[in-house]
Amino acid sequence: MDGKKIVLSINGKEITCGLNKTILDVVRENGIQIPTLCDCKNLAPFGACRLCLVEIEGIPKLITACSTIAVKGMKIRTESERIDKSRRFIVELLLSDHPFDCMFCEQAGTCPLQDLAYEYGMKNIRFPGEKRATITDDTNPFIERDNSKCILCGRCVRVCDEIQGVGAIGFIDRGFQTRIGTPFDRNLDCEFCGQCVASCPVGALTAKPSKQKGRIWQTRSVKTICPYCGCGCNLTLHVRDNKIISVTSDPDTLNEGYLCSKGRFGCDYVHHPDRLQYPLIKKDGQFIRSSWEQALTLVAMKFKEIKEQHGNDSLAGLSSAKCTNEENYLFQKFIRAVLGTNNVDHCARL
Amino acid sequence: MAGLATAFGSGAMTNSIAEIAGAETILVIGSNTTEAHPIVGLQVKKAVKKHGAKLIVADPRPIDLTRLADIWLPLKPGTNVALLNGMMKVIIEEGLEDQRFIAERTEGYEEFKKVIDALDLEETAQITGVSVSLIREAARMYAQAEKASILYAMGITQHSSGTGHVLSTANLAMLTGNVGKESAGVNPLRGQSNVQGACDMGCLPNVLPGYQKVSDAGVLSKFENKWNVPLSNKPGLTVTEMFHGALTGEVKGLYVMGENPMLSDPDLNKVKKALESLEFLVVQDIFLTETAKMADVVLPAVSFAEKEGTVTNTERRVQKMNKALESTGEGKEDWKIIKDLAGAMGYAMHYPAAENIFRELSGLTPIYNGITYERIDPHGIQWPCPSVHHPGTKYLHHRRFSKGLGKFSPVEYTPPAEIVDDEYPFILTTGRILFHFHTGSMSRRVFSLNEISPEGFLEMSAKDADYLGIESNEEVVVKSRRGKLKVKALVKKNFLAGTVFLPFHFHESPANILTNTALDPVAKIPELKVCAVKIEKIKK
Ligand code: SF4
Ligand code: SF4
Ligand code: SF4
Repeated sequence: MDGKKIVLSINGKEITCGLNKTILDVVRENGIQIPTLCDCKNLAPFGACRLCLVEIEGIPKLITACSTIAVKGMKIRTESERIDKSRRFIVELLLSDHPFDCMFCEQAGTCPLQDLAYEYGMKNIRFPGEKRATITDDTNPFIERDNSKCILCGRCVRVCDEIQGVGAIGFIDRGFQTRIGTPFDRNLDCEFCGQCVASCPVGALTAKPSKQKGRIWQTRSVKTICPYCGCGCNLTLHVRDNKIISVTSDPDTLNEGYLCSKGRFGCDYVHHPDRLQYPLIKKDGQFIRSSWEQALTLVAMKFKEIKEQHGNDSLAGLSSAKCTNEENYLFQKFIRAVLGTNNVDHCARL
Repeated sequence: MAGLATAFGSGAMTNSIAEIAGAETILVIGSNTTEAHPIVGLQVKKAVKKHGAKLIVADPRPIDLTRLADIWLPLKPGTNVALLNGMMKVIIEEGLEDQRFIAERTEGYEEFKKVIDALDLEETAQITGVSVSLIREAARMYAQAEKASILYAMGITQHSSGTGHVLSTANLAMLTGNVGKESAGVNPLRGQSNVQGACDMGCLPNVLPGYQKVSDAGVLSKFENKWNVPLSNKPGLTVTEMFHGALTGEVKGLYVMGENPMLSDPDLNKVKKALESLEFLVVQDIFLTETAKMADVVLPAVSFAEKEGTVTNTERRVQKMNKALESTGEGKEDWKIIKDLAGAMGYAMHYPAAENIFRELSGLTPIYNGITYERIDPHGIQWPCPSVHHPGTKYLHHRRFSKGLGKFSPVEYTPPAEIVDDEYPFILTTGRILFHFHTGSMSRRVFSLNEISPEGFLEMSAKDADYLGIESNEEVVVKSRRGKLKVKALVKKNFLAGTVFLPFHFHESPANILTNTALDPVAKIPELKVCAVKIEKIKK
């Protein structure tokens, strides 16, 4: 607010930044990339993955950029042989305990671990070790967990606690056995907001309804607004072959990228076989398929007939809180200008 | 929302969703926020967990937010006015009111104060079932905050005295100067994606787009010129009045677009009779809903993913919806159907695309004047936005209410239209749950959502269940004076005895077969939230 600024240097370049920011924030603000896995927008720094290590002049150890506040005069280096070595070591360690099945993994294409392995060319791991078992919870229809892919970044645990306020999952056991799960390994029984799935950087948490429906590079994404409640959350629909295969949301929106179970998992209804395919006219209690022309002619004729026989106010219309502004505008215009009555309402009262 | 418009000059949420996290005290009344408005719920959690805000929850049910609440006021359904009046009594008694705000920015205070002065807190406690000390504590917590925000939803409006409930929240905010500033205000949460927009667009019997009155000759002639046709200045019928009109023969033809009153409206048996009495019913929807089944003609529309247009969320933000899919059947965008129908009736409408309609409507709607498709990409704009240079409005009534001075209204508590008696001893309240939406026509057709929540349930207290010998998951019969249904009981420890709750999403156990059509005389909202029922065991 008061515009207090400090001066420090990154990779030999002098820069000015605001107070009380982490080194990671300052570095990123200046367009410099540092790889991270456990860092996640809106969540408190965690310092678990240690990929964001940087050098600071006068400090012998490498330090984590995400959990250190930038101070005046700091001389920061984000690239050096030492940093590179330690990053490689971390990635290698993670991969040593990671199933190499990117070809089947839902996260392929958006996985930062896959990207790092690719970048560092890590085909052969020096210390192939024991791999953790796949433990999956398969009872709910929304979320699948595969702990063999989990890198223990804690993003899911933290988003569930810090943002969602539910705390359905946590760290269980210690050492090599450490894993993410529910208390007493009960089946997941929570709000199914999917915040954990969205924040998992790897393929350890995936949305079941999207499984095997398409690769990220095979989809087209379209931004739109959630069709359910009045919060108006921003959705990104991922579409393949004219089907919505998954839904995400950008962090840079009024809902900060968070959704509820309806927005995240609830768009499938648009593909339901019950969708009406053509106009219907009822004859002797049965619906019969009709053409648009037949249907509209009949409606127009009946409305005119009623209007003439019983007056404008014997007609009425109910508009929809699910339709767009344009459609609501046009609906009331139709009722008022064409039918000639103010008998128009919608369900907001209910 | 008639009440808020009377008090402030606008019926919309005064603040933005993001501002909720900045409030010092939040009063949640008649809103199960985390289930019905989950993203607003996140802001409440953020305020409490991250910023240390105080939270007061006034709700008959131990809703999720009560876990985080500093004070939970488990009031009897339908007694909001009594509770709010009680809180205001304490505030005035203890000198916690904002005298400067009252003097400079409001009118009607003396009249209002008479009602409050005449109150007896002991009586309030008796009516509401909340102790005097708890009412006092809540009043202080609210009044002493620099920024206090009230959130409410259908739990406030769906009563035969709903307008009074809304006016009371406005009174409370004005009494303490908690409106017209960032993070402080009165915030009605809108249930469906575009309720706000449907209201803004004049899908109301007494106003044209932008809340311009049909009875105002100047307004009417503006629209007559633009639309090139004479218009009626006689306010029309509300939804419940339409059904009544159908029964009396006053209404003969009805055009329903994307609504399913056969599940959402009170007293379904009556709705059904009303629809049957019509000479002609047209329903336009994407599914053959309970209502569409009764239609003479059904017009297939397309879903949100197959169309372009704008919607306005609960915080007045006009946002852009984009087309993601081609429709596979013969269904069409609702606006195209209306346009074609108008043509068939001899009134030509020329709109090549949705944007052309938007240009027409924004020109006629002062609060939308400055909004264009280019400007709302990508973050939307909050109305009022009177000109293309206006940035939109984060919170309303800064320095001045939309109507000039804020208006205090004297509101006395009136009991719900239907009260319990020996025959129907339980109060039934209805509402939404997290995994489903409105009449379920969408969410019930989502495999995962329907699997996690496949059927309706009746929440009741352990005490009542014990008394009736009912166990959790046992199927029971619920009866009111209007209808009956079968549903599984869900016994809850923390539940207020004498009250039961039923979600209204399920056509297998349609809550509204039980509810009452008693209308609020001003807002014409039926009393969905309270009716008297009895619960019977099913004899084996
Ligand atoms: S779905 Fe939501 S509530 Fe459930 S574990 Fe994930 S973050 Fe937590
Ligand atoms: S499941 Fe995903 S988000 Fe959670 S700790 Fe493992 S890798 Fe991180
Ligand atoms: S995602 Fe959930 S909270 Fe957001 S608009 Fe949709 S239904 Fe509402």
